[in-house]
Amino acid sequence: MTLWIIARVTFREAARRKILWTALLAAAAFLFLFATGMHYQVRDAHFTRVPPVLRYQILSSILQIGFYAVDLLAVLMAVLTSVDTISGEIASCTIHAIATKPVHRSQLLLGKWLGFAAMIAVYVALVFGGVLAVGYFIGGVRVHGALQGASLVYLECLVVLTATFLFGTWFSTLTNGVVVLGMHGLAFIGGWLEQIGTVTQSDRLVTLGILSSIVMPSESVWRRASYVMQSSTARALDFSPFATRSAPSGVMMVYAVLYLLVALFAALYHFRNRDL
Amino acid sequence: MLLGLVKPSSGHARILDQPFSSVEVRRKIGFLPEDFRFYDWLTAYELLALHGRLCGLTPAQLRDRVPAFLDLVGLTAHRDRRLRGFSKGMLQRVGLAQALIHEPDLIFLDEPTSGLDPMGRRLVRDIIRDQRKRGATVFLNSHLLSEVEITCDTVVFIKQGEVIGSRDLRSSPDGEIHVHIRANNLRQEILSALAQWTTSAHLAGESLTVSTRSMDTLPEILRFLVSSGIDVFEFTPQRLSLEESFLKIMGSEDQGL
Repeated sequence: MTLWIIARVTFREAARRKILWTALLAAAAFLFLFATGMHYQVRDAHFTRVPPVLRYQILSSILQIGFYAVDLLAVLMAVLTSVDTISGEIASCTIHAIATKPVHRSQLLLGKWLGFAAMIAVYVALVFGGVLAVGYFIGGVRVHGALQGASLVYLECLVVLTATFLFGTWFSTLTNGVVVLGMHGLAFIGGWLEQIGTVTQSDRLVTLGILSSIVMPSESVWRRASYVMQSSTARALDFSPFATRSAPSGVMMVYAVLYLLVALFAALYHFRNRDL
Repeated sequence: MLLGLVKPSSGHARILDQPFSSVEVRRKIGFLPEDFRFYDWLTAYELLALHGRLCGLTPAQLRDRVPAFLDLVGLTAHRDRRLRGFSKGMLQRVGLAQALIHEPDLIFLDEPTSGLDPMGRRLVRDIIRDQRKRGATVFLNSHLLSEVEITCDTVVFIKQGEVIGSRDLRSSPDGEIHVHIRANNLRQEILSALAQWTTSAHLAGESLTVSTRSMDTLPEILRFLVSSGIDVFEFTPQRLSLEESFLKIMGSEDQGL
């Protein structure tokens, strides 16, 4: 019961403080731009003369770019909205009035986590759904594995969210933001190194990429999502710069889930034992 | 520490006959923090409802109590305003309401009047009095000694985390009583004779101030003065003020830092 009270108030906070609406407004602007771009591409005179199979692959690649943008927006949303929820309330002493109520600290942290997780779910569903709709209704492209891809993007956001919670129990708001975004940036670079290493057959680059995914598996989850949403032709042709050449394995996805759980337990443990 | 905000390095404590680490015992405890900050995007009504729900109040109880406690702290007219627009005094009032809404047995109020005007301070005093009548124990932590003197039964002085003195404000203190005397014909031999009852005496013209350890000696001092032919115009026992007690107990070297 207490868990749901905290989760609900956290969700309401996001809506009331206009965090959710601002993020959705930014997403709407992105979708408008994306839909306009797709619209003009489809009706381009030169493009209409391209063979249908190739045309379909080009539109699929544009859709991949759209998913990539959704992924970036969702990750930023997960970090920026939750970055001060623990550290900020501790610093401002707002937490004193709540933590002295008959509330377990684990309920407080988990409730907040659930509230943000619900908010991100709404965000990912709306924006991801928007890109799918643009692809289908304007480009005539149907994405296979869209549900699996959306689930993986959501998993990636949860990994980043949980890391933000974990470091929020240790560091100040600013430090927390720098650490989590820095780790995601590290994973991003590592992911590219791994892909380049795959193309150039450099084992060292691939190893560096895998190591960065172990430190922060968020980017590898996105690459898996991108992989499952690619058409088989695009996979075979290495068609898009946003396509995945070395898809992270299922084991890496299991690792990402374990990473999330361990980070959540570590956050709970540290939050339960620290002074407020 | 008793409220679970700070973890103990060692030792144990009980509160209301339960281990202080128990979360359940907090259903019986109310707390107004000194640095009161609340979710400022909530309205006053929503804040009290949230804190009431966290304390386990039922929807029916909330429907009764939230308006009643808003009324108690004088915020009924502002019930639907967000806390973001509240003054410090208004926040303190809503903070007091959230500390009391579940009718706790034990209430900790940390500097509850620091942001209030005289009307607000009187309101807080009345609320504390009502809580005492209800049977609750109220811990008032304050540096405003005049407020403490008016409100509390017992006062405890704490310096660097250690209790260094206490005083029962309901009965006459066992410590020194100062008596201000205004009289004619006061002479040095009279002061010498008073030494059998007093610990000190200071004469300045017609004004004599003596200190004694017991209220029982006062009639004897007065009888002695009158029988010695002194015209007594004023004889006023002065209880040592809380501020004087504070300064005496804390020591003059303490700079209040």
